[in-house]
Amino acid sequence: MDKLLSIEHLNVDFAMRTGPLRAVNDVSLTVDKGERLGLVGESGAGKSVLGFSIINLISKPGYIQSGRVIFQGTDISSYSDEQIRQVRGNRISMIFQDPMMTLNPVLTIGAQMRETLHAHGSMSEAAATAICLEKLKKVYISSPHKRLSQYPHEFSGGMRQRIVIAISLLTSPALIIADEPTTALDVTIQAEIMDLLLELCKNENMGLLLITHDLAVVSQVTQRIAVMYAGTIVELGPTEEIIHKPQHPYTRGLLGALPQKASGRGRLNQIPGVMPGLAKIPVGCPFSNRCSLVREVCRSTRPTLDAKKSGNQVACHLVDQG
Amino acid sequence: MAAEREEKPPMKTDVLVGIRNLVKHFDISGGWIEQLKLDAGRIRRKKTVVKAVNDISIDIHEGETVSVVGESGCGKSTLARTVMGLYPPQSGEIYYRDQRIDQLSESQLKPFRARMQMVFQDPYASLNPRMIVGDTLREPIRFHNPGISGDELDGKVAAVMEQVGIDPDWQNRYPHEFSGGQRQRISIARALAVDPEFIVADEPIAALDVSIQAQILNLMMDLQAQHGLTYLFISHDLSVVEHISDRVAVMYLGTLCEMASARTLFTSPRHPYTQALLSAIPRLGKAFSHKKLSGDVPTPIRLPDGCVFNTRCTYARERCRRQIPSLIALSNGTRVACHGVEDNWVDA
Repeated sequence: MDKLLSIEHLNVDFAMRTGPLRAVNDVSLTVDKGERLGLVGESGAGKSVLGFSIINLISKPGYIQSGRVIFQGTDISSYSDEQIRQVRGNRISMIFQDPMMTLNPVLTIGAQMRETLHAHGSMSEAAATAICLEKLKKVYISSPHKRLSQYPHEFSGGMRQRIVIAISLLTSPALIIADEPTTALDVTIQAEIMDLLLELCKNENMGLLLITHDLAVVSQVTQRIAVMYAGTIVELGPTEEIIHKPQHPYTRGLLGALPQKASGRGRLNQIPGVMPGLAKIPVGCPFSNRCSLVREVCRSTRPTLDAKKSGNQVACHLVDQG
Repeated sequence: MAAEREEKPPMKTDVLVGIRNLVKHFDISGGWIEQLKLDAGRIRRKKTVVKAVNDISIDIHEGETVSVVGESGCGKSTLARTVMGLYPPQSGEIYYRDQRIDQLSESQLKPFRARMQMVFQDPYASLNPRMIVGDTLREPIRFHNPGISGDELDGKVAAVMEQVGIDPDWQNRYPHEFSGGQRQRISIARALAVDPEFIVADEPIAALDVSIQAQILNLMMDLQAQHGLTYLFISHDLSVVEHISDRVAVMYLGTLCEMASARTLFTSPRHPYTQALLSAIPRLGKAFSHKKLSGDVPTPIRLPDGCVFNTRCTYARERCRRQIPSLIALSNGTRVACHGVEDNWVDA
């Protein structure tokens, strides 16, 4: 079996007083075994909601309206709380943005690590400690024995995030969902953490869903990229293709807006306007009100994510039309 | 509009803002009871001082953009605020067109406040949520031009809103009715309203999305070309800095490591810290090739002896642990504080 995770026509709604708002709109996505997939978009695009809904972590008023999430052959979107708890933090782990918020400040690192292990299977204290030490070594924490009895505030930001990664590795998961894992960190630390994640995924043959707004980071780590805009995936393809031959006007705009793409000190390409709020997504193509190439059909019909000649899947009426 | 600009030859124009040997420390020891520490069996009173900025000198020339980069906690924001007079410096001098301004009283400083303005990082926190944006913009104009007539004031507000791309008809709206990018435009409009010559921008785009960042950077470059503004730009985003700066200063732990024109710095960084920092920039579609730094940034409460970077530097030798390096000028115009560069044991 090749497919590790497959999301099929997922719709996630938020129940508001004025009626449901759709945060994730008909998203289909697969992650193969050991594959690294990047999910890119600006704030409010729905990428975190999508990541959270895979392991049913979306809280009220959000809910999965329809669609399936198939993980290792079974549909986990219909799992009960009890059942999903067996998967979450076990076969699928999650890494969040701010390590200071993820770690409990009043428990030692060792207590937090052992807690995870005991929650997913009974084992002796000695066996649990042995696994903790092994995983801390994997993330290059020096003198792990001493570290187990220390509290989160005794570590620097980069080390805390490495400990969070070690915790996510404890149960040897098949998939890691990392939601902006380096956004709160400095560049030198970011490079170190991304390097580590890449190495671990390769060595352990783990799948990675990397959620980030940073195109440069995602291009260095992942094999495929999905670009999200206003709740939908607008383009999906191999990293090389997305970075060097983007097809969707939004992807092109996003890449063009990066200072490193600009030559010399000229003006940066800018996308006019801002991403619409969930209540104001245009009928037809969600990008139609900011797109410079917009045509009549874009305002009336929503494009579907189809394979185009270039090899990327693109949700745009105009691609392949010249 | 800012067309493709050639890099200006440095040091030709007049110095607008001069920073000389600036030092800023913060005493965080609290009340005297909190200052009592047990030291070898005896109780002593001990002060805890954060050495945020240590002996920094930078000349900012008219019309140029000088950027200060560094990781969080390196003192770049403290530097910006001390230059603006928001913090009194410990020692050192700040000049505005040959006039020393760091010792002036509030009333003496007032004419300089109109010429030096600041744009802050978080447009959600720096606009008063209970004031309509028209009033936010009117306040500084009225403060610096007490005799201004109502018509003139309204005309000025409309003009400045127009310049930053906000419809002047929206001046009766509150900040929450605007998006993050629009709010940052209003912050820039507020700075522009009093016709400044010098703008300090402290991480002005860090809180914004990529496509909005480009809009704000373009706006800042356009305004610079139209008004001949001089910028001191504080940022941790190196690819943005590379794009908009004439000259770049790299700070580490309160100290200036290296200063050079943007092109020189990004093509041939000399200080080992600059080299590590630049190699860590994520580049589109390129594999990682960063120079790893060992260890963590030391605390600015107890600075390392000698070069502040010696605890993490792979080139560090005995001299680095003993003697603080001073800035030396290299033949290509770079100024760098490193014994290894001076004595040729650090690779170019």
